[in-house]
Amino acid sequence: MAGVTLDTVRKVYAGNVEAVKGVSLGIEDGSFCVLVGPSGCGKSTLLRMIAGLETISGGEVKIGNRVVNQVEPADRDIAMVFQNYALYPHMSVYDNMAYGLKNRGTPKDEIEKRVKEAARILAIEPFLTRKPRALSGGQRQRVAMGRAIVRKPQVFLFDEPLSNLDAKLRVQMRVEIKRLQRALGVTSIYVTHDQVEAMTLSDKLVVMSGGQIEQVGTPAEVYRRPETRFVATFIGSPPMNILPGTVEGPGRVSVGGQSIAVTDMRDGLTPGSAIEVGLRPEDVQAGGTGASSLSMDVDFVEELGATQLFHGKVAGAEFVVQASTGQIAADTRKLTLAVDPANVHLFDPQTTKRLGRV
Amino acid sequence: MEKRALFSSKTLPYMLLLPQMAITLIFFYWPASQAIWQSFLLEDAFGLSSEFVGFENYRALFGQPEYYRAMVTTGVFSAAVAFLSLSLALLLASQADKQLRFGQGYKTLLIWPYAVAPAIAGVLWIFMFHPTLGMVSGPIRAMGVNWNPMLNANHAMILLVLSATWKQVSYNFLFFLAGLQAIPKSVIEAAAIDGSGPMRRFWTIIFPLLSPTTFFLIVVTIVYVFFETFGIIDAVTGGGPAGQTTTLVYKVYADGRLGGDLGGSAAQSVILMVIVIALTAIQFRYVERKVQY
Repeated sequence: MAGVTLDTVRKVYAGNVEAVKGVSLGIEDGSFCVLVGPSGCGKSTLLRMIAGLETISGGEVKIGNRVVNQVEPADRDIAMVFQNYALYPHMSVYDNMAYGLKNRGTPKDEIEKRVKEAARILAIEPFLTRKPRALSGGQRQRVAMGRAIVRKPQVFLFDEPLSNLDAKLRVQMRVEIKRLQRALGVTSIYVTHDQVEAMTLSDKLVVMSGGQIEQVGTPAEVYRRPETRFVATFIGSPPMNILPGTVEGPGRVSVGGQSIAVTDMRDGLTPGSAIEVGLRPEDVQAGGTGASSLSMDVDFVEELGATQLFHGKVAGAEFVVQASTGQIAADTRKLTLAVDPANVHLFDPQTTKRLGRV
Repeated sequence: MEKRALFSSKTLPYMLLLPQMAITLIFFYWPASQAIWQSFLLEDAFGLSSEFVGFENYRALFGQPEYYRAMVTTGVFSAAVAFLSLSLALLLASQADKQLRFGQGYKTLLIWPYAVAPAIAGVLWIFMFHPTLGMVSGPIRAMGVNWNPMLNANHAMILLVLSATWKQVSYNFLFFLAGLQAIPKSVIEAAAIDGSGPMRRFWTIIFPLLSPTTFFLIVVTIVYVFFETFGIIDAVTGGGPAGQTTTLVYKVYADGRLGGDLGGSAAQSVILMVIVIALTAIQFRYVERKVQY
């Protein structure tokens, strides 16, 4: 087993397009690291550089203690699961899993033992003689995982492996991947654009945007204390509401003339200066009357079954409130929202960075 | 969703089909039935009368050693051209599949020979390899080989194979290139991570995945060598020396037009017709199936 260390890794494509702009990251041995971000944020490129499928324009990639910048993909001791599974269509499931071992000259009985073992873990034993085209999406996904685990690599790389599956299967496979990674204890790097996948799978969550890391932390840390407005609105569903406000004084901001108390606020902000106030839809208490409260005009309601989403405006800005079904009458046109000072996030309108305590 | 045009008139669909039907009947079925009929007739030397002889023409044909020789010649010729043109095309296509500078221009140039008429291609090659005039013949002779495709049957065959291959490589190249580009890149990448080097990757992954294309091209190339190399043979060797490069198709022409044996020539056409029907059947049976592996 080994950890993975990235040191100011850069990727520059022809025409001076910089896809990855100096990323540094340490991934501990045995941990599950998820890279999440919107399309084009450089997360897949970064993963492919770790795999050796893209050349590294600058910086250093280390697997364990070995710098692998110039090492062939085959010699990096990694295994990768691709988005479209990338199974060899002309080979049986057994041969698909055995291919990597055969190439390395593993003895036949050892290959058989390992493939059988992987097939058992993944419950694909009945399909070993089938060709990939005779399998369903979920089964193909398992074969792709099997191909990775028979090799017993130092690192697993996952490139959006669940995005071709339907919603139900995705949830099921997500749980299985997590369980498998726990059981095998192999360092894993997982790329996804789905923030729910990212939150549920990761020990270490890396949020990327525009070729750079926005924030690294545990899922709870990233959710509770987003370091930038981008992270705040990207992680969490429905996304965090951002309202324009002004600084009133230490621990107080005002939004549309309504004063709110804030726990996590940087000292020394000039009163009267503009500030962005972030509130998660699930963090405001609808109908409550607290010390700090906001009034909201409701436009319409979305039903989600267990919860309802109230869409409307607060101080002229779009605002969404999530409430348990039945807590608020669906025909409510005006809401008073109680705001817990601990749940208010403040961001600098210029730098978009968090203005919390240092 | 199936889209269908709806015609209110009953005759319009038939009218629309008519031109194609007419062409097929006049240019395919009529000559074919003429050939079958003629293969049962024996014409006198002056073409004044003809007599129904049943299978006599076929019997005579299979009694001729030259006919068997033409079969062997055709077999050797098509095997050589199929092997050479497919392997060369695959080599070129796998190179062109890599991102190359001037790749587009290179591909365009490779396609050109296909546009050259067979007879012109033949003339081009005979100019290069003519025993006395050819600019390539000089160096070959300088190496101590008594190069003479006019007299040496093996040399003549080599020259034919080269010119026929040169023309067919373009076509095969296009299909191989399309086949290569249809292989998902991630499959190749997965193989690279699985530890197989470029050569091993080619033979264990790429080549098997190309097998439908390869099979299709083998059939197409054989049909090409059987029927479309007439122009090249006529221009380069004229079936010589001493009938040694006469293929089945060339023999139809030689016996019928030059030899005046219309019945025998027609019988040969009918046999060729059976061969081409068989090849087409094979092609439909296997190639039209979407997945081969």
